[in-house]
Amino acid sequence: MFSLLWTDYLVFALVIGVSLLIWRASKRQHLVRPWKTVSDSTVGVVSLTVLLTFVFIGVLDSTRIKYKPNLSNGERGARTETLSVLDIVLTPIRTQIETTYSQPFAHTGYAKELLIDEQGATQWVYPRLKYAGAHLVSAESDKQKDIVTKAIAGIFLGFMCWLALLVLVLFFSKARSYKARSKAQKNIAYTLLIIFSLAGMVASLGPYYHVLGTDKVGEDVLYQAIKSIRTGLVIGTLTTLVMLPIAIALGLMAGFFRGWVDDVIQYLYTTLSSIPGVLLIAAAILMAQVYMANNPDLFTTVDDRGDMRLLLLCMILGLTSWTGLCRLLRAETLKIREMDYVMAARALGVGRMQILKRHVLPNVMHLVMITVVLDFSGLVLAEAVLSYINIGVDPSTYSWGNMINTSRLEMAREPIVWWPLVAAFIFMFALVLAANLFADVVRDAFDPRENN
Amino acid sequence: MINYILRRLLYVLPVLLGVNILTFVLFFVVNSPDDMARMQLGDKHVSQAAVNNWKQQRGYDLPLIWNQQETGIQAIKKTIFFEKSVGLFVFDLGLSDNGRDIVADISQRMWPSLAIAIPSLIFGVLANITFALLLIFYRGSYLEFGGLFVCITLMSISGLFYIIAGQFLVGKLLALTPISGYAPGMEAFKFIILPVVIGIISGLGSGARWYRTLFLEEAAKDYVRTAKAKGLSELQVLFKHVLKNAMVPILTGIVVILPLLFMGSLITESFFGIPGLGSYTIDAISSQDFAIVRSMVFLGSFLYIIGLLLTDISYTLVDPRVRLN
Repeated sequence: MFSLLWTDYLVFALVIGVSLLIWRASKRQHLVRPWKTVSDSTVGVVSLTVLLTFVFIGVLDSTRIKYKPNLSNGERGARTETLSVLDIVLTPIRTQIETTYSQPFAHTGYAKELLIDEQGATQWVYPRLKYAGAHLVSAESDKQKDIVTKAIAGIFLGFMCWLALLVLVLFFSKARSYKARSKAQKNIAYTLLIIFSLAGMVASLGPYYHVLGTDKVGEDVLYQAIKSIRTGLVIGTLTTLVMLPIAIALGLMAGFFRGWVDDVIQYLYTTLSSIPGVLLIAAAILMAQVYMANNPDLFTTVDDRGDMRLLLLCMILGLTSWTGLCRLLRAETLKIREMDYVMAARALGVGRMQILKRHVLPNVMHLVMITVVLDFSGLVLAEAVLSYINIGVDPSTYSWGNMINTSRLEMAREPIVWWPLVAAFIFMFALVLAANLFADVVRDAFDPRENN
Repeated sequence: MINYILRRLLYVLPVLLGVNILTFVLFFVVNSPDDMARMQLGDKHVSQAAVNNWKQQRGYDLPLIWNQQETGIQAIKKTIFFEKSVGLFVFDLGLSDNGRDIVADISQRMWPSLAIAIPSLIFGVLANITFALLLIFYRGSYLEFGGLFVCITLMSISGLFYIIAGQFLVGKLLALTPISGYAPGMEAFKFIILPVVIGIISGLGSGARWYRTLFLEEAAKDYVRTAKAKGLSELQVLFKHVLKNAMVPILTGIVVILPLLFMGSLITESFFGIPGLGSYTIDAISSQDFAIVRSMVFLGSFLYIIGLLLTDISYTLVDPRVRLN
């Protein structure tokens, strides 16, 4: 049984919509050409592959299934649980919860505890963890060797999966020899090899160790960081989905119709953009909190609450960020409406709406494309900052901002708890770097000034 | 010129009115003053008397936009919208929800904000321009490629990371500066140096790239080719022609953010415990003090519009071809 939240539906709608767009665009020569430039660039292909891997994880995490878990005695449990496919894939990592902090690859706890051994004597020692390294007999001597063996086995596993995939793809494609592949395809293959190796290592080490340690309540940090991918992607993409229709419609109208329409729209965006973005978001989130506190029966589960707030955050971010693109589109439309082909269309008696649709819109689409890609990384970074001042996503939602926010206070501890912070920053960095590099390549490919 | 400025100032009024209406809708229509009172008083089972008392103390006990009990002009004047908005327009921001004078707070807290914002801006712009000029000077070489890669890496790192890593490294491990805090007068120096340096580094990536595109646009123009054809050296062209002409967009880009410096930086100030306007706003957000947030929204948009006006004026000052009318 599927049990989807609001943002899940939107994520799927977005994935289907983008696939349709790609399918339609692939039939048109002039739309395919800039993408050829992108696929010729090594950076572009590699970063796109990394981005798509993140998207894949995000989509897995959006596919939620409601089911009754099997109990250990073989009977069906009475309580239904809602889990995403990603949760199920990550099952041993998700369920192996220790009592509190533990370092990456540790087999003992973070702080010494008073333990009573078999003889009844009390000892002040680091307690063994419940799950991590529990399979080791003499942990001190065996651990390093065990980790290396498991890591190599994981890389090998990843390599085998990659090889299987490669053979499968080669089998079904037309050119049957490896040499006939294009540069882009080779780049994709090599990037995938690295990703598969990493995934293989996680798969082989995950059930036995906490690769990135555990947090205050003993939850695996790697699991949290992977779960946060969806939140980052949702904020980066759904916000643009909210923003685009407003920005495109108002920008084109202001530039094309001029006169009072232009005045009203200019007034609108001057007013909106004059309010400092953070304050507008803060005000809106504060109000939403009051509303949720007063209407608790509308949001029954923690997931519902978190999801509603995530959606709301996207909408508010979208409403505060359309002004930039709108201004850009207005200026471009002002230029285009004076072009000869628009005048020709007008002389032939083409309606104004038709002109907008046929002549103006396609000619500003490259600006839209560039803005969407450029904004994405900024939004992912903004989530962390907003969550830090408590006006971001709900505290119960997995997000890098929440991870940073909760572990920030632990910096003062001795020895310091650095792994949740580092994990969140590394994952965020990987996503944002890939997005930034990709955005650069896309901008170079689509910007007409660059082609001269 | 004077005429133009006056007309632009008149245009400020409808924009501020729009901002005001928007914040009014956000703060009083989405949730009634009763809801806010309950939220502030903390408990879901507060007595109606306590709610009324809270509202009366803060002047929220009036109707929202139309007072039916009054007649004539009083029907509009005796309302929350009128009373709260008129105060804003004459910068009488009133009392915060916990009873402090907002104007006094702001005039006291703007100095630490400026102490951080002004050096960050000046040294930040200098660092960005220097880096961008280096990138242009080594155009087409591996140095440029490496520099651009550094830029994109710097851009991709979360701003929070710079702050946390900086505090940990400089403040805790090396113990060169205090981790956070502030002291007035000359003492302030040791407290502001770390936030300023971190501010510069975190802005370097995007800033240098932005200036680089400005310089590249300028370097593609005909007069640069002419200058090179005359036999001027690369450095001379760069400093005497490209930099000088690119100053127009650079200056106007800076002018627009000048007034907003008062607002301080939310994140930096709250991380470094600096008692400026940024941390004032953050505190207000987390303690859900609606009066302060509303005042800061109004102040921020006012300063933004002043910034736009200053930009227009500075265009005429630096570029004689532009005439305002």
